[in-house]
Amino acid sequence: MYRLLKQIAKVGIVTEAAPAPDASLRAIAQRLDDVVLKHFGRALAIRHVDAGSCNGCELEIHALNSPYYNLEGLGIKFVASPRHADLLLVTGPVARNMEEALRRTYDATPEPKLVVAIGDCGCDGGVFGESYASRGRVANVIPVDVAVPGCPPSPAAILQGILTAVDACRAG
Amino acid sequence: MTPTLPNIVLAPVSGAVPAWRAEADAAHWRAACEHVAQAGGRLAALWASDERARGTGYRVCALLVVHEGLVCLELRVPQDAPVYPDLAALFPAAGRMQRAAFDLVGVRALRPEGDVPDPRPWLRHGAWPEDAFPLRRDFEAAGTFPTELDRYRFVKVEGEGVHEIPVGPVHAGTIEPGHFRFSIVGEKLLRLEERLGYKHKGIEKRFTALSLEDGARLAGRISGDSTVAYAWAYAMALEGITGAQPSARALGLRALLLERERVANHLGDLGYLGNDCALAFGFAQFWRMKEDLLRANQALFGHRYLMDRIVPGGVRCDVDAAGAKRLVGEALRLKDELRAMRSIYYNHAGLQDRCITTGRLTPRNAARLGVVGLAARASGHAMDARAHPGFAPYDRFSPKVASHRNGDVAARIVVRFEEAFESLRLQRVILEQLADGPRQVPLGAAPEGAFGLGWVEGWRGEVIVALEAGADGRTRRCHPHDPSWQNWPALEHAVIGNIVPDFPLINKSFNLSYSGQDL
Ligand code: SF4
Repeated sequence: MYRLLKQIAKVGIVTEAAPAPDASLRAIAQRLDDVVLKHFGRALAIRHVDAGSCNGCELEIHALNSPYYNLEGLGIKFVASPRHADLLLVTGPVARNMEEALRRTYDATPEPKLVVAIGDCGCDGGVFGESYASRGRVANVIPVDVAVPGCPPSPAAILQGILTAVDACRAG
Repeated sequence: MTPTLPNIVLAPVSGAVPAWRAEADAAHWRAACEHVAQAGGRLAALWASDERARGTGYRVCALLVVHEGLVCLELRVPQDAPVYPDLAALFPAAGRMQRAAFDLVGVRALRPEGDVPDPRPWLRHGAWPEDAFPLRRDFEAAGTFPTELDRYRFVKVEGEGVHEIPVGPVHAGTIEPGHFRFSIVGEKLLRLEERLGYKHKGIEKRFTALSLEDGARLAGRISGDSTVAYAWAYAMALEGITGAQPSARALGLRALLLERERVANHLGDLGYLGNDCALAFGFAQFWRMKEDLLRANQALFGHRYLMDRIVPGGVRCDVDAAGAKRLVGEALRLKDELRAMRSIYYNHAGLQDRCITTGRLTPRNAARLGVVGLAARASGHAMDARAHPGFAPYDRFSPKVASHRNGDVAARIVVRFEEAFESLRLQRVILEQLADGPRQVPLGAAPEGAFGLGWVEGWRGEVIVALEAGADGRTRRCHPHDPSWQNWPALEHAVIGNIVPDFPLINKSFNLSYSGQDL
């Protein structure tokens, strides 16, 4: 136990408002925090659906959960069921074998049913394109509010995408 | 030294790893595989291709690992009777590969009794009909079919008090999709049946539409967490075909990137494994370290996960003196932090309690199932392609192979720690010895029909790429092979007798790729 406390003390708090490589993150985080609070009055519930990614985009979603990004502090939580989700974060081109599961998840999500498509694959099918096995971009299967390019997009870009979707929904 | 196989004349496959190939008829093909199985060799991969345009029907390739290196045994399968001898009785890992080969090319493995070992589809869920085979050359890549009803037959476990729990394909949490069917009594797991293939997106077909050079980008996206290993294996195969020799500097940089990928993944896994044992502190620490490493990757190499940094002919990045200094400093700092974390993990009663004896894969089962990589090393099999047969530049560094005998979650944690330490040491040695030389050399011509192999020990296990050149620099066939093919069936064994709530922990301790095996 002593060692554990020592390590905690040595490292201190790393959560940052403005990490050097993503100077824009501070502004995004601040806005996101405000918008989520105003619009939902509670945490924004996100459900991630991997519709056929290479798992690269998942790495960045995992990274968002690192102490550097302090998601919970921004009023965002990942939930286990689409029924409790305000927003779906969809990665990958949509594999034909995942098409139905994605549709079902979308149908089970209550309004406002925001959808953010992640990565070049989610935007336009990426390197996999459309084929007998891939339906390509997410918007070919369910309505998409915001698409975030990048291969994979950085955690800051993913946060920006979420903010844009929530913002647009509030305005609309 | 050329391996000897009964009635088989092997020809060398040129490239960075020791490899040979030969064509054989069905009886000799099967007998040679049996010989290898009995001599303690294993099956690395199995795939099929359509050779009707050449007038030779179909082809099934069994890629075997023998002491000397890789042996690719090729079998002609007649067009009018597309069957071949089953290998699953020799190598259980062949089972799913044979089912995939049927789904994609339409060649069936038959047992000596004349029946099909497991006729259920593996990658085909209903997106294309049973009598259409996407990897046949007359199958249009863009062709789509009405979705068929997916009626997969899971194995039923009978018995008093046995319940079934189906989970997936969409899971709670950020995990790739797959289906798990648990048969349980009370809290105890009697049986797990996996069903994968949900992420099948036609990667092997896609390769055939690309030039050999453009294939590198796709190879780097087969399993994003192993992008470096795939890009290297692909480059190795193509360099074998074209005779290109990357410079010593490029090879050193490749190894540097591969070790960074290994450390990044091990850090992430160690964090999640702590988290699953209610040690949220471990998660926070390891993910902070991982994020620092990713940011250094971005700053020095231009990509957090190092995608597209390895290209056929060399690399597309470099390190200057200041960069090298930063990386050495990082490696030394990480070593100290890892030491502190290791002592916390090894002394944490709760963590030890959850991980010791949990999810045990015995050395015997690991050998029987042909398990590879990290999971094999945690179950008493010290195999690592970096050390044996070794490929440049690792032959200069004598990497230490971590291993453990217990095969439980704790052993897989120990192996990750040990490998991370060794990887940090290797990074320093690589940087110290970085030779001068061009980043990239020209590739040279790729004669039609030329064949190359790549074999790289990624963080999860061996990543293999088999590549055949087509006309005009195009790709005739590319089979990328993920270690998860071998290791997914081992997970089914490792969970038996454990309690249901331990499944996520056991699963995480293997951390297998779905996209890498779904292709
Ligand atoms: S966008 Fe890139 S990282 Fe994301 S799933 Fe597609 S290929 Fe992988």
